[in-house]
Amino acid sequence: MTRSGLVLTGVELRRGGRVLVSDLSFGLEPGQLALVTGPNGSGKTTLLRTVAGFAPPGAGEILVGGTPVAGLEPEARREIAYQGHLEGLKKDLTVYENIQFINQLRSKSDAISKTLATLGLEPFADRSVRHLSAGQKRRTALAALKVSGASLWLLDEPLTNLDPAGRELVLGWIDEHLAGQGMALVATHLADVLKRPGSLLVEL
Amino acid sequence: MPFDAVSLIFRRDLRLAFRRPSDWGIPLLFFIAVSAMFPLALSPDRFGTGVGETVVAAADAEAGGGDEAGAIEASVAGRPLYGLQSLGIAVLWMAALLSSLMGLDRLFLNDVEDGSMEQLMLSPVPFIALVYGKLAAHWLVSGLPLIVLVPVFGLIYQLPLATSLMLAFALLLATPALTVLVAIGAALTVSLRGAAAIIGLLVLPLASPILIFGARATVLALDAESAAGPLYFIASLAMLAVSLGPIAIAAALRVSLE
Repeated sequence: MTRSGLVLTGVELRRGGRVLVSDLSFGLEPGQLALVTGPNGSGKTTLLRTVAGFAPPGAGEILVGGTPVAGLEPEARREIAYQGHLEGLKKDLTVYENIQFINQLRSKSDAISKTLATLGLEPFADRSVRHLSAGQKRRTALAALKVSGASLWLLDEPLTNLDPAGRELVLGWIDEHLAGQGMALVATHLADVLKRPGSLLVEL
Repeated sequence: MPFDAVSLIFRRDLRLAFRRPSDWGIPLLFFIAVSAMFPLALSPDRFGTGVGETVVAAADAEAGGGDEAGAIEASVAGRPLYGLQSLGIAVLWMAALLSSLMGLDRLFLNDVEDGSMEQLMLSPVPFIALVYGKLAAHWLVSGLPLIVLVPVFGLIYQLPLATSLMLAFALLLATPALTVLVAIGAALTVSLRGAAAIIGLLVLPLASPILIFGARATVLALDAESAAGPLYFIASLAMLAVSLGPIAIAAALRVSLE
């Protein structure tokens, strides 16, 4: 799959048998950001998980690069990266080991030691994730997503727990990602902070 | 590429196992404690050492029961009496079985709770390859130590070396099947909290053929007879489990994560 868009048509989202959202349609072009907003429980997380392919939509179709997300070949999943409420880091491994694992699993490049510095993780790279603060964990998780090389980022409240410097860093990563023709679908309550020129607002 | 992924997750899980020794150490301690302490609770005078004694067709069998009891006694008359030894075989098999059930609820739950499972599912390799890697690592820390330890504990039950080695060999065939069975249970119950008891109920009946044929193979070795029959059976169960089990495990994990 090359870099191309995300298209949702008539998507219905369910959680625990209840319909949260029905007939949701929007499209995302390379280089574009979509912000998903809405009150708690409106289905933001469910939308991201459904686009990631963890759960099928109740109705409608989700196409990533022209292919339904449920039918993506493993190789094509390389283009999707997901960061949910859970960091997806192993507590007993160090920051370096965690990033290295995800990097080896997802991409073929091996050069991560030099990126650690640019990711702002150097000060705690050799600490076990168990001993990190919530903000440091979130930073590590987002860094892992950055090294994954995916073109579609699915972010669930990426700025949670981050200090102002961390926010700047992460916002910079998102800008860089979009500038490189990447796409991002971000669920957030902080649409004002994350908004970019040309970004799409999806209200649930 | 899939083989790289198998080895990658295998090495990650082994590294995690060494950083969290309690996950695999406690089941192992359970096996050691049960095997070592069981003989302490036995009355030696009721069992004898077993070595060199034979079953005598008791004259009072007729007085004590009907023809049926007498017939049973007569059929084993002249066979060696293995009080402690045959008990030991049963204890070692049960201890191995129960110890592989312990702590299994963490097998996938750790990855689900910290979000790693979602990352694994999104990875560009077939999910089933990752399941194989995880199972191999789990077998290495939970199954292999049992195989190594079992001949040592055979000594406590006065098992001849050949019998102990047969027990270890039968376990070598049986533990991969047990690992897969246990993993199916763990995958099915991953979305239920505190499901260890349910997994036991789910897995024990399925594991009973392994127990029956494993113990049978060991007793045949004790009698210095060929144990090939039951061993073939365990081997075929292991092949079935290892080839088809991971498909079920991968499907169960996907469903639990929805």
